[in-house]
Amino acid sequence: MDYWKDFRKVFFTLMTLGSFWMLLFFVVPMGFLFVLSFSSKAIVNGETSILDYNYFSTIANYVDAAGSSYLVLLGRAVLWSAIATIVCLLLAYPLAFAVCFSAPKWRPILLLLLILPFWINLLIRTYALIQVLRTNGFLNQALGFFHLPQTDILFGTSAVIMGLVYVYLPFMVLPLYSTIEKLDKSYLEASLDLGASQPRTFWSITLPLTMPGVITGIILVFIPCLGSFLTSDLLGGPNNWMIGNAIQNQFGEANNWPFGAALSFILMYATFFVLFVRAMLTRRSKGVDA
Amino acid sequence: MTDPIVSIRNVSKRFSGGVMAVDNVSIDIAQNEFFALLGPSGCGKTTLLRMISGLDSPTQGQIMIGGEDMALTPPNLRPTNMVFQSYAVFPHMTVMDNVSYGLRVTGVAADEAKRRTIEALEMVKLEHLAERKPDQMSGGQRQRVALARALVKRPKVLLLDEPLSALDAKLRDGMRLELTRLQETVGITFIIVTHDQDEALSMATRIAVMDKGAVQQIATPAELYEQPRTRFVADFIGKVNLIDAAVLGQNGKTANCVAAGLGKIEVGTDKTCGDKATIAIRPEKLKLSTAEPKGASLIKTKATIRDVAYYGDTSHVVADIADGQHLDINVQNNSRVGGSGFDRGQKLWVSFDPQDALLLTE
Repeated sequence: MDYWKDFRKVFFTLMTLGSFWMLLFFVVPMGFLFVLSFSSKAIVNGETSILDYNYFSTIANYVDAAGSSYLVLLGRAVLWSAIATIVCLLLAYPLAFAVCFSAPKWRPILLLLLILPFWINLLIRTYALIQVLRTNGFLNQALGFFHLPQTDILFGTSAVIMGLVYVYLPFMVLPLYSTIEKLDKSYLEASLDLGASQPRTFWSITLPLTMPGVITGIILVFIPCLGSFLTSDLLGGPNNWMIGNAIQNQFGEANNWPFGAALSFILMYATFFVLFVRAMLTRRSKGVDA
Repeated sequence: MTDPIVSIRNVSKRFSGGVMAVDNVSIDIAQNEFFALLGPSGCGKTTLLRMISGLDSPTQGQIMIGGEDMALTPPNLRPTNMVFQSYAVFPHMTVMDNVSYGLRVTGVAADEAKRRTIEALEMVKLEHLAERKPDQMSGGQRQRVALARALVKRPKVLLLDEPLSALDAKLRDGMRLELTRLQETVGITFIIVTHDQDEALSMATRIAVMDKGAVQQIATPAELYEQPRTRFVADFIGKVNLIDAAVLGQNGKTANCVAAGLGKIEVGTDKTCGDKATIAIRPEKLKLSTAEPKGASLIKTKATIRDVAYYGDTSHVVADIADGQHLDINVQNNSRVGGSGFDRGQKLWVSFDPQDALLLTE
């Protein structure tokens, strides 16, 4: 559709503000980081300068970033994010279905309950989770009450993944909810009517027709998980860093922005790769609009 | 009736809100019938169809298909298939995959499934579009896919929910003929739900007219038109003049009554009447004449023409008679000259044979 050609003035007026904003706060800083990732700190009077850089002087940052210790962090981030995404999907799909099939007057309330955690600061929510998971936390107290063995999951992989699932679950439920709600129920009825069992109907009709929601949900959960650092920092501890923690450390404590920038770009390329895979998958399942 | 294929016995459906969608309906449908459930929207006809398919379950009563009680049989195990109002053609599958779906999911061998699918597509003349996706097809073509997809299963009963309502007028006429032809070729019982009386009258062998969840009358199209049992049926099927009448007395098969605008008349009836009744007479059974009509048995009255609407083959005349009553009259335009030959304000006579009038008590 070429509406913009018919309404050029309106189009450019509408575009200007947003474009300017994105240019100033996205393109320019990203460009700066990109330059920085190929730079090194300048040596002034025999001392490493805090503010000056030798621009475009080196690819050493990328070489260092490709070192095994950082690839482990990247690999861990990909793996944990993938697990968290799958857990989110498995929890969210039935949940989204339940909301869709609930009485119309209940739906807004259920959706509200779902996004209610967003009203509370992430840091506070994460500390609350520590209260639940720590050695004498609510979880172990509850287990003790029922005379069940104690757990020690805080500062471990499972605590980080639980944290990620907790934070990102709504991002999976909402796109799923919107596709399932739009799904014409007569497709499911037609499948049953044609002799398919309920499970067969799910695999052959429901899942393919809600795939756009599934893919959107996966992207909305997986990508932020990849770059997250707060959850792994607080719930995983120093032995369970993800790539996000390394980046935060380089821009913070270690104060090595060029190296942090290189790590950031590697993470971004990993993200692009995921989006590329998604585009390929969408092309294969053509006919289902994403 | 010998061994009905579908037997609906005292079926009721109450929705959770307390609405009685279907109220104590009993219908027997014979093998090979083209049966129509006809009624205004919200009369419960679609709910009844869905209960036959198993997509809804009755609150009370029993549905038998082929002599078996279907109460515990889920839709996927019933010998019925449905053509949905929205067609529900799976958008992510080709025409071929859509039509073969019902065979594949029930474990029909691949080569047999393919043969039967092609057969079904030939039946609806879509074999050349087998590899198309539904979004590349017209509404009429999608409907054929839905038909083929249901027929390929060789159901005992094919259920059609308002199959023609989404098509444009021209396509609808063609499809009507085609459905009738299909039903005769495949020899499957068709049950069609429609709100369109023309559709029901032209296709069905028998029709159940429904209103507010209850069956008003089950009859052949001609019986429904000429022998409506209730005021609702007479009014719903075709055009009719309904005239309130007070019954003075009954003498065997004739009733003496006073009808609005017609005065004291005698009308035949085979029912016992109360003191109030309705006289129903179709517009084409009324005659207009400038001179007083002769014939002792004719019922006649003076009238003034209020309006004339010209429709080409016929003209519809509205004429005022006494007591503020008016009559709709259909006139055949048999001559090329002069239209209907009647003008607004013209004073003349309306007459009819009492045999053509019907006394309705319900």
